[in-house]
Amino acid sequence: MSDWYWIFGNLKWNSLVFFHAFESPSASEEIAAGAALMVILGGLWLVWLLTVKGWWRPLWRDWLTSPDHKKIGIMYVVVALVMLARAVAEAVVMRLQQAVAVNDPGFLSADHFGQLFSTHGTIMIFFMAMPFLTGVINYVMPQQIGARDVSFPVMNAVSLALTTAGAVLVMVSLVFGQFETGGWTAYPPYTGIRFSPGEGVDYWIWAVSLSSIGTTLSGINFAVTIYKERAPGMTLMRMPLFTWTTLCTAILMIFAMIPLTAATAMLALDRYAGFHFFTTDKGGDMMNYANLFWLFGHPEVYILILPAFGVFSEVIPVFSGKRLYGYTSLVWATMAIAVLSFTVWLHHFFTMGQSANLNAVFGFATMTIGVPTGVKVYDWMLTMYRGRLRFTTAMLFSVMFLVTFVVGGITGVMLANPTVDFATHNTLFLVAHFHNMLIPGLLFGMIAAMQFWFPKAFGFRLDERWGKISFWCWSIGFYVAFMPLYALGLMGAMRRSFEWYQPEFLPYLVVAAGGALLILCGLIALFVQLWVSVKHRDQLRVPAGDPWDAHSLEWMSAAPAPEWNFAVIPEVHGREAFLEAKRDGTAYLPPERYEDIHLPAHSAMAPLIGVGALALGFGLTWHIWWMVAAGFIGIWAVVIARSFVTDTGHVIPADVVQREHERWLELVRNTPAVDRGVEQQSENLGHAEAVI
Amino acid sequence: MSAQTDPLYPGMTLEAADRDSHDAAEPVIFGFWIFLMSDLLLFAVLFATYAAMSTHGQADAPGPRELFELGSIFIETMLLLGSTFTFGMASLAMKYDQGAGAVVFWMVVTGLLGAGFLGFEISDFYQFAVIEGAPPQASGFLSSFYALVATHGLHVASALVWMVVMFVQIAVFGLSREVKLRIMRLALFWHMLDVVWVGIFTFVFLFGVVQ
Ligand code: HEM
Ligand SMILES: [Cu+2]
Repeated sequence: MSDWYWIFGNLKWNSLVFFHAFESPSASEEIAAGAALMVILGGLWLVWLLTVKGWWRPLWRDWLTSPDHKKIGIMYVVVALVMLARAVAEAVVMRLQQAVAVNDPGFLSADHFGQLFSTHGTIMIFFMAMPFLTGVINYVMPQQIGARDVSFPVMNAVSLALTTAGAVLVMVSLVFGQFETGGWTAYPPYTGIRFSPGEGVDYWIWAVSLSSIGTTLSGINFAVTIYKERAPGMTLMRMPLFTWTTLCTAILMIFAMIPLTAATAMLALDRYAGFHFFTTDKGGDMMNYANLFWLFGHPEVYILILPAFGVFSEVIPVFSGKRLYGYTSLVWATMAIAVLSFTVWLHHFFTMGQSANLNAVFGFATMTIGVPTGVKVYDWMLTMYRGRLRFTTAMLFSVMFLVTFVVGGITGVMLANPTVDFATHNTLFLVAHFHNMLIPGLLFGMIAAMQFWFPKAFGFRLDERWGKISFWCWSIGFYVAFMPLYALGLMGAMRRSFEWYQPEFLPYLVVAAGGALLILCGLIALFVQLWVSVKHRDQLRVPAGDPWDAHSLEWMSAAPAPEWNFAVIPEVHGREAFLEAKRDGTAYLPPERYEDIHLPAHSAMAPLIGVGALALGFGLTWHIWWMVAAGFIGIWAVVIARSFVTDTGHVIPADVVQREHERWLELVRNTPAVDRGVEQQSENLGHAEAVI
Repeated sequence: MSAQTDPLYPGMTLEAADRDSHDAAEPVIFGFWIFLMSDLLLFAVLFATYAAMSTHGQADAPGPRELFELGSIFIETMLLLGSTFTFGMASLAMKYDQGAGAVVFWMVVTGLLGAGFLGFEISDFYQFAVIEGAPPQASGFLSSFYALVATHGLHVASALVWMVVMFVQIAVFGLSREVKLRIMRLALFWHMLDVVWVGIFTFVFLFGVVQ
């Protein structure tokens, strides 16, 4: 304990990553220092940009303090894209290391490699996938059910703040100290204080805890919104499928995040206070951790995948020019998956000592999930059957999902057989399997969502050419990067290995590295697409709001939608509410009368809580106790102070609403309705000629 | 808030005396029920851990039979059950518009009973951990025992802080709609803690001494 302990806790000069690069220069240390430098330069660049452009004020006033679900959704997606960039970069570094590390130590130390797969996995799950899907849900769902906002708008902002604080903590770990090396699952006893002293596991614990608390709150918010805020006439069985999958996801969030929070809290008690939940002595039992973690972990994969299923259920019918096939069966299949997802967690540790009979039960249960999933795949295929398919980027990603996801599903059923699992457990076969589920079943879904709803959010479409380039890089890259891993896994290559002694692995590893580079190109193309689209936004404008001849309510307003979403809350008469309205010619009629609209006021509560949570997490990680106290007290002081604020809303007068709305209706009338043939051209201003 | 026609109302109704608050209560109270559900799940997980640890996590530290004695546990149970009753009285006073005085009176009684509960619990912990040499660091079983019971205790403590905030708010705003809705949520929270305590009393302490 140093003299400075009271101020800096365990944080020392040599905690700075650069220190090691000076002291003992090696490729591994220099890569770490380079990454830290990128974080710092990125941060500085952001500060510089905000200052030069004078964006601090608008950022605070219009975004950070905004309770608007649309803005919160967009901010979530921004967080997700930043984290995606980091995690893909890490994946490429890992692939390169493994490709050169056959009978050779390669360029990374074992420890650094361990940190890479741990941060890659943790980020991809908690700070890429979760924010991405939460963002899309936030943006789309309230508009889809004809609501003005979620039920608890400020709590929504708090969820975002907590998740972002967690993400920042993971970023900070690049600069100060090390991350853990126990993988995204962080199994004790390895992650206990005895085998992993130091700050790494603590970074993981607090980052993940912040994100999981934020997610629990989001789940509550989404479920209440769907139950309580639907437009009149929208019965449960008239909800668009994306809203259905959101509901199931929300329920899973409410039930599944708690076991994770409990597990991380217990791990923290073991590490900080000498408890014996998961230690190897005094009655500690790591199997409790395995059970708690996967009680969260398996439902989590459905939290990840169901929203993407919802996206495909919106994108495929729209671009097939047909109604969704098998709506009812899709709803039931979604519900069935949500329920079954709580009955299979044990398949993640078939090899950890239960009886063969118990394994068999869970093996069967696991295979059962294939049934509702299969139902969905057929429904999507039948939706396309005899449709007039339009291969926009969103549709391409959806179709590629269908094909690829089935391959991943089949290997999943193989792994569900405990006897097979004993041979393939912890090999690259498993790594191939879950990437084969997550990349199409989550990432492609989210990219498709971005392509599909971007024009709604910003008023202009995304550039199709770069979208397609990105699509081909991602898809081919995926197959090239991950198919070799199936073979490697069957040849006995273990996951999380940083070097190899089997020359016969080499060709596969080199191919896989090439695939990872292609994926990197796909990601870069995605960012180029954003850049190009912003530059050419004038040719891509769709102000009338319906660029794809879409079916559900969120398209029944201008693009971008006004702050209040709908001038008057729409009445719903059928399943594809907007499609019906376009058919009976009621979609663009002025309402009989307008009313004042009450909207929640902006609030500094959420960003302040985010700062408090970051201080709390950082302080706990480094044992800086004054910071912990300040963060904790700060958070609760803000909450209590907020409860004394009585002015929690502002009113948009009816005539303002009327003016805005009539301007949009006028615009629609003056915009020529275009045929689907020119959908991807600049003639498409967002007024669609009805097809169905 | 959308003014729904005749909502399915999830909880105590304010309809008779305060129709507006009644309508506003719909989404917030429903949301709070869902929060309570997830909070209950936390206790479920802690109970499950306790159940596993109490059979194979004792190591050579004292087990439930050596440690627990029902005297003070009985007093704690009575205090908490009594406080649920008195909070019920506070809710009724609010429902029938008997004025802030009655509401505050019953809530103060509730708070005192809750504080008494906490006092006894802390002295229990002191007894176990210091005098009988069974701190949470002594075994997996004790870790899970303290985690479960203290999580409940922390919930009670935070409910007390919440209650104090409510007293200040009643002083500042009177029984405004917001204040009423908050007291309703606090009441639900308080009753849930009582239910959880019944579980702890039964599964931890009673089973512990008779097993
Ligand atoms: C974009 C292309 C991606 C590439 C090239 C890639 C590559 C890798 C590599 C090389 C590993 C380490 C494998 C090993 O243990 O030997 C890994 C692990 C992992 N990846 Fe990815 N990945 C990608 C995308 C994703 C996505 C989208 C997700 C989730 C949403 C994801 C989640 C994970 C997880 C959870 C692990 C396990 C980490 C651990 O071992 O604890 N990855 N990935
Ligand atoms: Cu699973």
